[in-house]
Amino acid sequence: MSEMNERDQATQKRLMEIAKVWYDQIGGGDVPSITLPTRTKRNLTYDDDSEVWKYGEKESTRNAGTVKSSLQMLKMAYVMGFIKMQLQENRSSTLREMYYISEGWKQAKFHAQNESNYLVEDLEIITSLQREHFHMRPEEDGASIFGPLRVRENTRRGMKEIHCQDDVGEAGYNIPNNVENVELVDHDACCVIALETGGMFSRLQENGFDEDYNTILLHLKGQPTRATRRMLKRLNEELKLPVVVFTDGDPWSYRIYASVAYGSIKTAHMSEFLATPSAHFIGVKPSDIQRYNLPADKLSEKDIEALKAELTDPRFGSDFWKNEISLQLKMGLKSEQQAFASHGLDFVTKEYLPEMLSEIGVLKR
Amino acid sequence: MVLADELAKKQRSISVAEFFEKNKHMLGFDSPTRGIITTVKEAIDNSLDACEEAQVLPDILVSVRRIKEDVFRVVVEDNGPGIIPEKMPSVYAKLLYGSRFHQVRQTRGQQGIGISAAVLYAQLTTGKPTTVISRTDASRPAHKMSLTIKTETNEPEVLSHEEIDWILPHGTRIELEFKSNIAAKKKLLEYLKYTSIVNPHAKFRVELDDDAFIFDRVSSDVPPCPVAIKPHPYGIELGVLKRMAAASELPLSEFLVDSFSKVGAKTAAEICQYAKLKPTVKTDELSLEQLSALLEAMQTTKIPAPPASQCLSPITEDLIVKGMEKEFELDFIKARTRPGNVFGGHSFIVEAAIGYGGKLQAEGQATLLRFANRVPLLYQQGACAITNAVQGVNWKNYNVSQQGLPTGPLMILVHVAATNVPFTSESKDAVASVPEVEREITLALQELGRDLKQFLSRREKNKQQDDRARAICAVIPLIAEKVAEIVELPVPDTSIIEGRIMRRVVLKKKTTGGQILIHIDNYTTKDQEITLYDISFDSAEDANIPPTFVSEMDGEYTKLWKFTLAAGESFEVTYHGEGGGLIQMQGVSENLKVEVDLDV
Repeated sequence: MSEMNERDQATQKRLMEIAKVWYDQIGGGDVPSITLPTRTKRNLTYDDDSEVWKYGEKESTRNAGTVKSSLQMLKMAYVMGFIKMQLQENRSSTLREMYYISEGWKQAKFHAQNESNYLVEDLEIITSLQREHFHMRPEEDGASIFGPLRVRENTRRGMKEIHCQDDVGEAGYNIPNNVENVELVDHDACCVIALETGGMFSRLQENGFDEDYNTILLHLKGQPTRATRRMLKRLNEELKLPVVVFTDGDPWSYRIYASVAYGSIKTAHMSEFLATPSAHFIGVKPSDIQRYNLPADKLSEKDIEALKAELTDPRFGSDFWKNEISLQLKMGLKSEQQAFASHGLDFVTKEYLPEMLSEIGVLKR
Repeated sequence: MVLADELAKKQRSISVAEFFEKNKHMLGFDSPTRGIITTVKEAIDNSLDACEEAQVLPDILVSVRRIKEDVFRVVVEDNGPGIIPEKMPSVYAKLLYGSRFHQVRQTRGQQGIGISAAVLYAQLTTGKPTTVISRTDASRPAHKMSLTIKTETNEPEVLSHEEIDWILPHGTRIELEFKSNIAAKKKLLEYLKYTSIVNPHAKFRVELDDDAFIFDRVSSDVPPCPVAIKPHPYGIELGVLKRMAAASELPLSEFLVDSFSKVGAKTAAEICQYAKLKPTVKTDELSLEQLSALLEAMQTTKIPAPPASQCLSPITEDLIVKGMEKEFELDFIKARTRPGNVFGGHSFIVEAAIGYGGKLQAEGQATLLRFANRVPLLYQQGACAITNAVQGVNWKNYNVSQQGLPTGPLMILVHVAATNVPFTSESKDAVASVPEVEREITLALQELGRDLKQFLSRREKNKQQDDRARAICAVIPLIAEKVAEIVELPVPDTSIIEGRIMRRVVLKKKTTGGQILIHIDNYTTKDQEITLYDISFDSAEDANIPPTFVSEMDGEYTKLWKFTLAAGESFEVTYHGEGGGLIQMQGVSENLKVEVDLDV
């Protein structure tokens, strides 16, 4: 067994403290229990200092007095035991690997991947640590970056310096899982444009928008991973680059923006670390559908439900969002980013984006 | 020749039989599948009615056999009172011939259409006559007839008639052949099952091709035969009144008292006064206008409701429960027989029952069993007032979800018994909407709903307690093991949680290094009289608390401790030995004790 580093020792100590609480509860004749902030939308509160949404004061207690919650605690105990083993043996694994390892845990086995993911997040909250401390890696890739940015990445095969325009193919530079291994060297950009769809990412590349306007393009690949959000946060914080988000004009895309700017409900315990409060949503706004007469689809029942849910989501509490969402519900329409193509392939790079970016004052030519 | 003359040649009266030949659907013969069901139903209705009248426990054989590609032979045989040979042709081969049409009491059949319609149906689809065997007494021979209906005249035609030897001392057997298809099988069994539920005194033997089924009786009491009562003034129509008046030679007030139920001299006087008629006037001399006035008076004057008890034959709560229990496995059954009530001068009683859980389908809408005068209604559920009433109840009040009908593992039975069931059509598939009847159904279901709610909440509570017990006894020990492993300490004892949380008496036995330890905690709130049995090869001579009693057999010792353990106290005995064997605690009720042998 290799000697544990300081960080791992601290992590192990933290886990053993939690286990000891349960141990003492059981020995003392009490049903073991654990208290966590309630991880729902209603318990999100805005933190004035960090300008992000975090879990509020509401807490819920998980108590082993029912089969369901006792099994959850059993699973958590198994996960803690598993992490302790990883720390001691200096191994690491992906969340998916742990899900498969749990096959051998009998009653404590996970029935779905998201169950184990959720539990690891719970542990992050309880320990105030991050999954990297547990030697747990996410499965999914981070997003791609294309633009005037130079990074230095500490890879398993040594240090590599990469320019995100000159040294990469059309797919761009891929953000690694652990963004802390990346050093942001220098840049020649005026802003970062985070894009929801690959189609728009390619369109901007093809039209040379990164070069013409010195912008860093970042393809979010749908709901952004932690690594992607962390990277955006660092680009914003360390390089002082404004971040704008350009997505489809539907409720699901607004949630993508919200998780970039304000943090997500699931990871509100790490909002300070992941959220970029100054990120600006530029479109597609419901008002754009009217203004540019964009081709649109009817909202589905699920869309309408999601929009209504957003009206009660504290992250969408601003006047801007209230007006836009109400307008969208009234119109009953949604449009995709690529709908701008109805005005020609260059419209988005020649007209729409320059106008939007000028409007919020980030464009320098 | 003018057109009218031309037309006149074509104008002639049509016989009832001809009419029904063209309108089979009105009698429930609209499809080949329904043909079988309706035939069996009509035959069984007659059998059950007859057995009831004769106060015989019905023993009914139903046989349906395919004899050619699409030709089926249907046989229904009963042990009823039989029919005298003179009446056999008319009963079976003349439409609208019956004994019960003019009576005010609850019967299954009423108009005398059903069975003859079946005979007609057989005749129409295969051309075969219907064979009927009947015997009225062991001392008389049985008569066998082959019958058809002359459709032009609605008169029976007897093709053959012979006296035969028959095994039954009394009873009736009918054999028909007609075209149908096998799809009817399932529906037929369903019909028989439901019939058996509401006729718990009847036994049905069923042969479907080579399959045999028995729906046995659960009661050996023949329900009392409903007694016919005089019509109630509120339920009479002008035509009937006219006929009755014409047939009577009594003075008006006596006629009223004599011919109607619940009319006494005082009420009769009131009616006469209201109708502005002399009480002494002869009724057969009344004009149509006078009769109209009389009718109005009869229906406006306040007259008590007709008696329900003699003319109706409710199944009764007890027998409904038995009938349902016999055919379905259920966790909960409750039945209600409502007090008698009246609509438009007709007495009626509503009965209802709710069954829950067991083998009923957990998903989807409740099964609704509709009955009218002990006859299951299998078709047109959507058009039936019973369905309407069931849907009108707010089932959510009783913790049952609802989409029109309530949903979940639920069975609802509704029986409407009436001297005149208001059907929507002659095929008698659905009860027509009558506010009084629907109201009674609603009240019955609401009462039952409250009982169901109580059952459900009690069950929910038990489920929660079970869930808790399982978490505590099965999962917490695993958590204890795992956290002990993480903190690198011995596994903590979870028995304290078990006893404390579950408020039980917990017994634990543990053997370590040749030392046996038996520990009992009384976590209940009461003192417990405990008898502890410990059967093993150890003599327990050195026990710190000597056993109250010890016996030995073949080297095996039965040690017994008897003591009272106060609430919150514990008992502990230790001795040296090998351990193993059997340990048991008596005197504590099953649901209050936890016995854990840690050596096993």
